[in-house]
Amino acid sequence: MTETVSSKEAKQYIVVKLGNEQYGIDIQYVDNIVRMQKITRVPKAQDYFNGVINLRGEIVPVMSLRVKFELEKDEYTNKTRILILKFEQQAAVGVIVDEVREVVTLDSDNIEKVSYNPNDEKTLYLSGIGKHNDNLISLLNIEGIIVEKEKEA
Amino acid sequence: MDVSQYLEIFIDETREHLQSLNEQILVLEREPENVDTINEIFRAAHSLKGMAGTMGYKRMQRLTHDMENVFSEIRNGKMKASPKLVDVLFKGLDALEQYLDVIVNSGDEGTEDNEDIINALNEILQEGLGGGAAEPAPAPAAPAAPVAAATATAAAGENGVKPYTLAEHEKSAISKALSEKMNAYAMTVYIQESCILKAARAFLVFKALEDLGTVIHSEPSVQDIEDERFEFDFTVVLLTDKDAETAKKKVENVSEIKMACVETIKPEDVAQAVAEEKKETVEAAAAVQKEAPAQANNTAAAPQKTSGKPVVNRSVRVDIDKLDDLMNLVSELIIAKNGLVSINTAEVTGLRESGFNEQIEYLERITTNLHQSVMKTRMVPIENVVSRFPRMIRDISKKLNKKMELYMSGEETELDRTVIDEIGDPLMHMLRNAADHGLESNEERIKAGKPEVGSIFLNAYQDGNNVVIEVRDDGKGVDVEKVKKKAVEKGAITAEQAATMSDKEAVDLLFRPSFSTAEQVSDLSGRGVGLDVVKSKIEALGGDVEAKTVLGEGTTFIVRLPLTLAIIQALMVEIGQEKYAIPLGSIQTIEDVMPEDIKYVQTKEVIHLRGNVIPLIRLRKVLDIPEDDFAPDSLTVVIVAKGDRLAGLVIDNLIGQQEIVIKSIGKYISNNKMIGGATILGDGEVALILDANAIV
Repeated sequence: MTETVSSKEAKQYIVVKLGNEQYGIDIQYVDNIVRMQKITRVPKAQDYFNGVINLRGEIVPVMSLRVKFELEKDEYTNKTRILILKFEQQAAVGVIVDEVREVVTLDSDNIEKVSYNPNDEKTLYLSGIGKHNDNLISLLNIEGIIVEKEKEA
Repeated sequence: MDVSQYLEIFIDETREHLQSLNEQILVLEREPENVDTINEIFRAAHSLKGMAGTMGYKRMQRLTHDMENVFSEIRNGKMKASPKLVDVLFKGLDALEQYLDVIVNSGDEGTEDNEDIINALNEILQEGLGGGAAEPAPAPAAPAAPVAAATATAAAGENGVKPYTLAEHEKSAISKALSEKMNAYAMTVYIQESCILKAARAFLVFKALEDLGTVIHSEPSVQDIEDERFEFDFTVVLLTDKDAETAKKKVENVSEIKMACVETIKPEDVAQAVAEEKKETVEAAAAVQKEAPAQANNTAAAPQKTSGKPVVNRSVRVDIDKLDDLMNLVSELIIAKNGLVSINTAEVTGLRESGFNEQIEYLERITTNLHQSVMKTRMVPIENVVSRFPRMIRDISKKLNKKMELYMSGEETELDRTVIDEIGDPLMHMLRNAADHGLESNEERIKAGKPEVGSIFLNAYQDGNNVVIEVRDDGKGVDVEKVKKKAVEKGAITAEQAATMSDKEAVDLLFRPSFSTAEQVSDLSGRGVGLDVVKSKIEALGGDVEAKTVLGEGTTFIVRLPLTLAIIQALMVEIGQEKYAIPLGSIQTIEDVMPEDIKYVQTKEVIHLRGNVIPLIRLRKVLDIPEDDFAPDSLTVVIVAKGDRLAGLVIDNLIGQQEIVIKSIGKYISNNKMIGGATILGDGEVALILDANAIV
């Protein structure tokens, strides 16, 4: 019985690299991982949106996590990838990451909750810290990152 | 029987029948004697009833049944279509529409019984026939027409004898039988709900009863029972010399009969029936009033439960010819593909080259045709939305006590299905506006020397790549000064602005949020949530709306809508390194402008072109594209129009005209409306579509 409970709480995360840090993205939101491609700039958009790309005939907006997290600007390398996230049906968003590393399974024992600090908007972006083989992985709160338009406006 | 697979068809057909009923009853109101109309109405009502019954929507069936009774009497010439009757009929249609809406959302008809409408219908039936019921229609001739002359009632509900209605001759038959020492019983027979062959069981019951005496009345009629057009019970009146127990036993011996309830009909019952019935209607009316608040609560709670996805998918009916066209094109496509395959295997290279080009051209022709055909299947005549307006205007006319007439033209104009779905509400709003604010009261009209009956016009026509819908009234027009005054009062503009404002600009104020000039707020309009909603809705569809008005002569609202949303012709342009598409529909001309021709008005750049002063918009600046040092000898300017306002967009290079597919750029990315969407170019690159309306 206890086994089923713990396996239920375990979640798979895709680990990506952004600068020196590792971030984990809940795999259920990840629709696709594509290589860097030409991004069409959208004028007057939020600064963290780089533009839109053509993903097999669909137009998908792409945001830069680096700009969003106020890190230094993206440098596109051979390892740069765009993760296509589907938070809602028919509304995909791409995020640019430096590198996609691996998929890890974390159960709730290995996840530490972060305290929410209302003064620091960035804590909204995190859902917890995962521990995996001595590495710390910041788990991203996809909803907090994507659905934020109203506040910005 | 599982009928859910027929739900879509049911909904479609019911909509059609309701619409046709609405139209025909409107005609009937004007020409009460028109036999064709009456027949048409009767047919529609009858099929409606049958369909609702088949689908198991009992409440809907009951209401249509009672409406059909009325139509049947009108058809038989026993009644006239009085204005009161027409009102009740319309109410009935509205109620049916509500049932349908509930069905669409939940798959179930809901719990609203609409007793008041049913009662009103029966009341009218009785009033209409009260005098002339001496010659009741024989049951087989008018199967679904119980002739109402008197109502004898008992405790309704599961375990009693259901209310039934006796005709004059039936009553006399009963009195006669009673005087001959026979017994008269009213009996309600309940059949088990699991019973499959209801009609057969009922037949056995009838047979059993005929052994005992005569069945002089049955409800529903014998015909209906034979056709299985009843629920799980029916009521008969039996004349017999046996006692009640015997009859009851005999009936209950038939298998799958749940029970039979018997009640003795006394001579007084027959005599007093009329008086009782009056009392009952009063009580019923009172009950309805009491129920009303409770029902209101119910309906308020209901949407929460049923909110969510409608159970039915949206569907389009497609003309079979159009489908055949599509089929043909697809087969041609396959042929073209095969052609390409065979060329690829051809040995001689020269032949390959030329054949290749030929096939590509062929393919191009097919895809263009295919595109057109598919678009055609999405096109729906505007009639689908406007056909309910005459009815609406009639209701408004009654409500406001103003005489008015709606004239429509161009109903056959076709628009994309998505547009049709959305355009109904804005149009309705504008028509209401015209009826409520636009037209004067009858007295004012006569005083102003106009015909007493106000006219509202709804004209639709195609204009290039647009469809134009005009809503015009011959009412008092918009008082520009009043609008300005009001705007200043509300703080929307300053007094100075008002003074320098042109009439046209003032009229545009009407489209601002929370702006209503009506002195009185009526329940039709005047709450200030009108034209701004109309405008935003139409703009969301890629169209625009403008108003023209002449004081004392009327107002015209002109709505322009794109013919189709998904694919448009666009001009591809280059600005810096970026490519943009400008919809061809908004482009007037393309001009080469020398830098020295640019003039300045209030420090803004303008050009003077064929008598028009046109402001220049540097797209580079608007779109935040970095300037480069290269200074061209002349500027390429695309002149775009929004309504009759022009603007010149300065671009770097023209690429050419192209057919583009519009795609949304998603809701997360914000872009202050300048970008109307995006499209994918032949090389897979994304180009943004500029919305000229938002830039001008």
